[in-house]
Amino acid sequence: MSVQNEVEFSPELMAYISEWKEKQGNLIMILHKVQEEFGYIPREAADKVSELLDVPLAKIWGVVTFYHFFKLTKPGEHNIQVCLGTACYLKGGDAIIEALHKHLGLDVGAVTDDGKFSLEAVRCIGCCGLAPVMTVSGEVFGKVTKDQVPGIIDKFN
Amino acid sequence: MAFRNYILVCGGTGCESSRADQIFKNLIAECEAQGVADEVQIVKTGCFGFCEQGPIVKILPEDSFYVQVKPEDAKELVAEHIVKGREVKRLLYDKEKSAKHAQVEDIKFYQKQFRIVLRNCGFIDPENIDEYIAREGYEALEKVLFEMTPDDVIEEMKTAGLRGRGGAGFPTWMKWNFTKQAEGDVKYVVCNADEGDPGAYMDRSTLEGDPHSVLEAMTICGYTIGAHQGYIYIRAEYPLAIHRLEVAMKQAREYGLLGKDILGSGFDFDIEIRLGAGAFVCGEETALLQSIEGHRGMPTPRPPFPAVKGLWGKPTVINNVETWANVPVIITKGGKWFSQIGTADSKGTKVFALTGKVCNSGLVEVPMGTTLREIVFDIGGGIAHGKKFKAVQTGGPSGGVITERDLDTPIDYASLQRIGSMMGSGGMIVMDEDDCIVDVAKFYLNFTVDESCGKCAPCRIGGRSLCNILEKITRGSGTLEDIDRINEIGLAMKKGSLCALGQTSPNPVLSTLKYFPEEYMAHIVDKKCPSGKCKKLISFEINPAKCIGCTACARKCPVGAITGEKKQPHTINPAVCIKCGVCKETCKFGAVEIH
Repeated sequence: MSVQNEVEFSPELMAYISEWKEKQGNLIMILHKVQEEFGYIPREAADKVSELLDVPLAKIWGVVTFYHFFKLTKPGEHNIQVCLGTACYLKGGDAIIEALHKHLGLDVGAVTDDGKFSLEAVRCIGCCGLAPVMTVSGEVFGKVTKDQVPGIIDKFN
Repeated sequence: MAFRNYILVCGGTGCESSRADQIFKNLIAECEAQGVADEVQIVKTGCFGFCEQGPIVKILPEDSFYVQVKPEDAKELVAEHIVKGREVKRLLYDKEKSAKHAQVEDIKFYQKQFRIVLRNCGFIDPENIDEYIAREGYEALEKVLFEMTPDDVIEEMKTAGLRGRGGAGFPTWMKWNFTKQAEGDVKYVVCNADEGDPGAYMDRSTLEGDPHSVLEAMTICGYTIGAHQGYIYIRAEYPLAIHRLEVAMKQAREYGLLGKDILGSGFDFDIEIRLGAGAFVCGEETALLQSIEGHRGMPTPRPPFPAVKGLWGKPTVINNVETWANVPVIITKGGKWFSQIGTADSKGTKVFALTGKVCNSGLVEVPMGTTLREIVFDIGGGIAHGKKFKAVQTGGPSGGVITERDLDTPIDYASLQRIGSMMGSGGMIVMDEDDCIVDVAKFYLNFTVDESCGKCAPCRIGGRSLCNILEKITRGSGTLEDIDRINEIGLAMKKGSLCALGQTSPNPVLSTLKYFPEEYMAHIVDKKCPSGKCKKLISFEINPAKCIGCTACARKCPVGAITGEKKQPHTINPAVCIKCGVCKETCKFGAVEIH
């Protein structure tokens, strides 16, 4: 099968792949690196990993779709994560999602039209003492109330 | 050289996200600006555990415990405490007490705690191996390599009676011994740091605060069972913990404590990190091994157990982070010392992530045998906002609820199982009267359905069916037959599922059904949700005696369901109302009531 949309891997990524190529159980580690570079796992990138590692694409796709961490679509410029672990759920994590929906018109798993924000519900990011918690582009906001949501988002706009 | 003062800044994830890093930087800058930089050492430590009050800054030797510190406070802390020697009262945890009494030992949160696993968290800079060594770090490894045979180590572990802290509580020495006796020249040591239980972060804090303790323990195990390679399987969602592990591994290699010919003993052992990718099932040991091998994380039948046939088919010891962190202490202080802590069948301590509706959320480590009441009310400070205690959930999605009746149960493996819950990895979530028990059960089931790998039918189909039934009940269309069906399906899942995820996932439903049958009945028979959480079963009404007709609610209602004349009591049209609750929040007179 010929690959139609060739993707470029950065020299760092290529170096990482050759470093790991001969190691046992390398696939997930390499996919992490690919996602770090692209923000998700594009189909073309999976094709290329398949070629480079000589692993069937079906196997790669099987792994990518099994694990929640790997994304198949491009996230927004700022990815918003709302924690719905138990502590955050009890303390109103769903109200934050609702507030985000109101403020940005975003559903969980979607990206805004301008590609600026995407919304993700995650399971526990391990700051239960700060529940409910949300993160925007990796910055953590704790003890969030729904009234604070617009202010937090505007910081990134 | 000794310093006049030591400033410890919490660098755990919770405090970091409240800008502890900026506090740390500001403190350094202020010490320079105020000319005391040479007299003070500023250290970023691991988690203090008292996350509710973070970010936390502790200043030694006075042992002053400053809470909820802001980056702007750095200037005052340095000017007052360091330069003038006066405590900054407004930032002390206990503002009423004089300096002498504002110490850590006096804080109730810490009084009943006993720290083995978290011994170094909040004391040392986790990115500096010298600080770990200064607190007896790597002494256990040295002792093992030069003074003990592998059989001695097993014997010491047996005397200690340490059991796995990841959930099932299997005796650690037996695991090690099986693997040691298994045939094969290649063996592996694995650390399970795939802490997937939503609402638990003990392992994360341990790795962030004291990464060397895990490395040292794994090396000791490697020597004992004859392995030369270890793997730490850690969640990719824990970037700070991964970073600190990487730093720790690098430093350990430089010091000859990891890698070839450790401390000149001729023993080789090295460790690699493997990242998880967000699959709860990978906390199950056989699924975890699949994942390290780069496959989909699906469990395999046991036997063969990993001790016989584990990673890449080789004998493998898998322990979780907390279990590992106990090992160096057992070796240095002796198994006998360790076995005196705790109860007859559960030795040592247990770390819990105490969260939910409790006043003091945080990480607590208590001797086994401590009662739940002590944890929730003495350490945790009771229920927040004066609400009524309803239940504690332990064991996460695999565990069950514990009610007022059983609060005096001492915590150990057997007692928790007897009352229908389990030790689990240490998530302890407190619920109050506002939490609907059916909704909580549904929450956990949604989680396990989402996380089921789909390999075996009892878990895949059973979980989904249970979830559907609970959904039906919370919508008000449940029937009494549903209760029987829950019990039937739950039993089938327990008996028929391949791995612990499926076998335990009905627990939250079965245990809530056992302890709160009346709440299920209220949903099914009366079509009511007593805590007002299930939207389909509640209605909003305006109490005419309290309504003054200010029209605030009517203006805020997104669907125009509220009508009424100015200065006259308003009413809500239930046919139009979407139960969003905006009116209740808007009303300043408490006139909107949930029925």
